[in-house]
Amino acid sequence: MVERRVISRTTTNLESDYKYGFYTDIDADMAPKGLNENIVKFISKKKNEPEWMLEWRLKAYRHWVKQGDQEPRWANVDFPHIDYQDIHYYAAPKSKGDAPKSLEEVDPDLVEAFNKLGIPLEEQKKMTGVAVDAVFDSVSVATTYQKKLEDAGIIFCSMSEAVLKHPSLMRKYLGSVVPYSDNFFATLNSAVFSDGSFVYIPPNTRCPIELMTYFRINAEDTGQFERTLIVADEGSYVSYLEGCTAPMRKSSQLHAAVVELVALDNAEIKYSTLQNWYPGDKEGKGGVYNFVTKRAKALGINSKISWTQVETGSAITWKYPSVILQGDNSTGEFYSVALVNNRQQADTGTKMTHIGKNTKSTVVAKGISAGHGNNTYRGAISILPSADNATNFTQCDSLLIGDQCGAHTVPYIEVRNSTARMEHEASTSKVSDDQLFYAMQRGISEEEAHYMIINGFCRGIFKELPFEFAMEAGQLMRVSLEGAVG
Amino acid sequence: MLEIRNLQVSISTTEILKGINLNVQKGEVHAVMGPNGSGKSTLANVLAGRPEYEVTHGAALFEGQDLLGMTPDERARRGIFLAFQYPVELPGVRNRQFLKAALDSVREHRGEDELSVRDFNKIFDEAVQSLEIDPELIKRSVNEGFSGGEKKRSEMLQLSLLNPKLALLDETDSGLDIDALKTISKGINRHRNKHNAILLITHYQRILNYITPNQVHVLIDGSIAMSGGEELAKELEAKGYDWVKEDIRS
Repeated sequence: MVERRVISRTTTNLESDYKYGFYTDIDADMAPKGLNENIVKFISKKKNEPEWMLEWRLKAYRHWVKQGDQEPRWANVDFPHIDYQDIHYYAAPKSKGDAPKSLEEVDPDLVEAFNKLGIPLEEQKKMTGVAVDAVFDSVSVATTYQKKLEDAGIIFCSMSEAVLKHPSLMRKYLGSVVPYSDNFFATLNSAVFSDGSFVYIPPNTRCPIELMTYFRINAEDTGQFERTLIVADEGSYVSYLEGCTAPMRKSSQLHAAVVELVALDNAEIKYSTLQNWYPGDKEGKGGVYNFVTKRAKALGINSKISWTQVETGSAITWKYPSVILQGDNSTGEFYSVALVNNRQQADTGTKMTHIGKNTKSTVVAKGISAGHGNNTYRGAISILPSADNATNFTQCDSLLIGDQCGAHTVPYIEVRNSTARMEHEASTSKVSDDQLFYAMQRGISEEEAHYMIINGFCRGIFKELPFEFAMEAGQLMRVSLEGAVG
Repeated sequence: MLEIRNLQVSISTTEILKGINLNVQKGEVHAVMGPNGSGKSTLANVLAGRPEYEVTHGAALFEGQDLLGMTPDERARRGIFLAFQYPVELPGVRNRQFLKAALDSVREHRGEDELSVRDFNKIFDEAVQSLEIDPELIKRSVNEGFSGGEKKRSEMLQLSLLNPKLALLDETDSGLDIDALKTISKGINRHRNKHNAILLITHYQRILNYITPNQVHVLIDGSIAMSGGEELAKELEAKGYDWVKEDIRS
C-alpha cells in the first residue's frame, strides 16, 4: 500500500473557485511565438537531440503543414479557430545547468512552485512512495525515486533523457502506437513535443511503486505538448498515474499531448488520470483546450491495458484513450468519469479495436453534466475478422444536474466476425427529489446529499483508481461542482 | 414534545389535511389509523418536511419550536425520523457510509463527538444482528435491490442507530409477513422509552397486537374523526372504517 501523497494537498484546499491559480514568476526560456521548421529545429537543438529525432519531428511538421491549419471539427464541441502562429511552442524554466542533475540544481523558485502544488520533490517527501516526474510548462524538471527504480532495472525518466540515453527503445516504440501522421493534434505534438515521461519495465518485473507524472502549464500563451511512452516488457506490471493543473488565464491554452502504451506478452499497464486543467471562468472565458491522443497497444498474448480517467477540468476535452487488442487473449478496459460544469464541453470516450482471438474489452463511462456544461460520450468498438470469440461490454451512464446542461451518447459498433458477443447498456438520470429528501431526512445537508449521490454514481469508476487517488477524485468532484448543487 | 394545531395541507391545490390537532408527549406512542387516502402518510411527510406539500394553515411545534420553517435535514438533526413507506434507492452509496454520515451529522447537532469508524462498526453490526438483517445484504448500496421487507428492516436499522426523539413510522407494517412483523415490532419496542415518542401510522390493527399504543386516532378524509385508547383499534378491526363514518354522521 502506497502512502498518501502528492495530489492530496492540492485538491483539498477549498477556498477559491479554482485552487491552483497562482502564477510562478520564473523567467521562462521561451521560443518566439509561431511555428515553422526553424522552431522545430530550435526545440530539437535545445534538447541536443540526435539527427533521427529531428528528422522524425520534421516529417511530422511537414505532414502537419499539409493539413492546412484545419483542426478536426467532428467532435461535439464548439471553439473559435486557433491561431497556431500565436503560440509559444517551447517554454523551459531557466535553471543553472541546462538539465538539473539533482534537486540542488533545481531553481529554488521552481521547488517553491512545486511545494505550492504539493509535489514532493524534497527528500522527505520522496519517501511517501511515489516516483514523480514533474513536467513544468514543457520540460521535465526532476524525477524522484530514481535509485530504487534503477535497482529494479526500471527506466522512468523524461522523454528528453530517454532520447539521449535509450535511443534503441525510443526508435523502436516512439510512434509505434500513435504514428506522427495519426491526427492533426498528434502530428502537431510529434513536431514540437518538448518533454514528457518515458517508462520501461523489464521482463517479469512488477514495478514496486506507483509511478506518477504531474503536469502544469505555467507561462502565458504557451502550448503544452508533452509526450508519454510506456513499454511493459513480457510478464511485467506497472501502475502509472497522471495529474494535471494549470493557472487561471484569460486566454485559452492549448494542450495537445500524446500518450502511447505498449504491453508485450503477459504484461499489464494500468494508467490512471486525474485531469484538472483550468476549466475557464463561469462565462467560459479562458481554460485549457485539452486535445489529447491516448492509445495503447495490447501487443502480446494475455496482455492487459486499463485506462481509468477522472476528467473534471479543461474548457474543452477531446480525448479517447483507446486500446488496440492485437495479442490473442488480450484485455482492454476503459473506466471514465467526465464532469462538466458552467460552460465546459467534453467529447470523450474510447476506441476498442479487436484484432486477436478471445480478446475482451470493457467500457464503463459515466458522464456528469451541470450548469451549462455539454458532455458527449463517443465510443467505437470494432471487431475485426481475425478476432474470433471477442467480447465487449459497454455501459454509458449520464447524470444531469439542473436543466441547462447536455448529455449525449454516440456509440459506434462495427462487428466483422460472427462469433463476437457485444453488450451495450446506457442510462440517463437526474438526482431525484426523492433521493435528496431521503438523505436529508437522515440529517444530511442538501449539498452533502448531492455529493453523496454523485459519488455513488461514480463509485464503479473510483474503485478502479489507486486508493488515495480515489479519495482525491471525490474531493475533485466536490470542488468542480461548487455552486452547481445545494 | 409534538404539538399540532389546526394543520391544513394541500398538494397541488388539492386539500388533504383539513385541520389536524394532535398532542404527543414524551414516552407516548400514538397510532394514527384510517382508510386509504385519508391523509395519514401526508401527516407523517409534512412533519418530516417533504417539499411538495404546502401548509396552508396552522402550526406544528416540536419541543416548543416552529417545525414548519425548518429544512428536512434540520428537523432530522433535532430528532425527527421518518421511516419511509417506500424507502428510496441510492445507487453506489453504501449503507455503512450513509448511516455514518447521518449519525455524524445528528451527533454533531447534539454536541456529541463523532464516532470512530471502529465504534460505529460495532454498534452497526450489533443492530444488524438484532434486527436479523443479512450482513451480506447490508453491504450493498442503500436499499438497492432490497425486497419490500428488507427495506423496512433497513429503515428500522437506521431508526435504532440514529435514536430519534420522535419517530414517524409510515406504514412500516405494510407488506410484512408475520415473522418480519414480529422482528420489526420487537425493534420498535426496544427503541421505545420514556424519553421518546412514536407516531405509528398504519392501515391495520395487527401491528398493535405487538405494540401497545397510548392513544389511537382515526383519520377520515383529512380530519381526526375519533380518538381513544388501544381498545379503539380493536373496535375498528371488528367494525371497519365505515362504522366511524356512520358514527360521525349520526
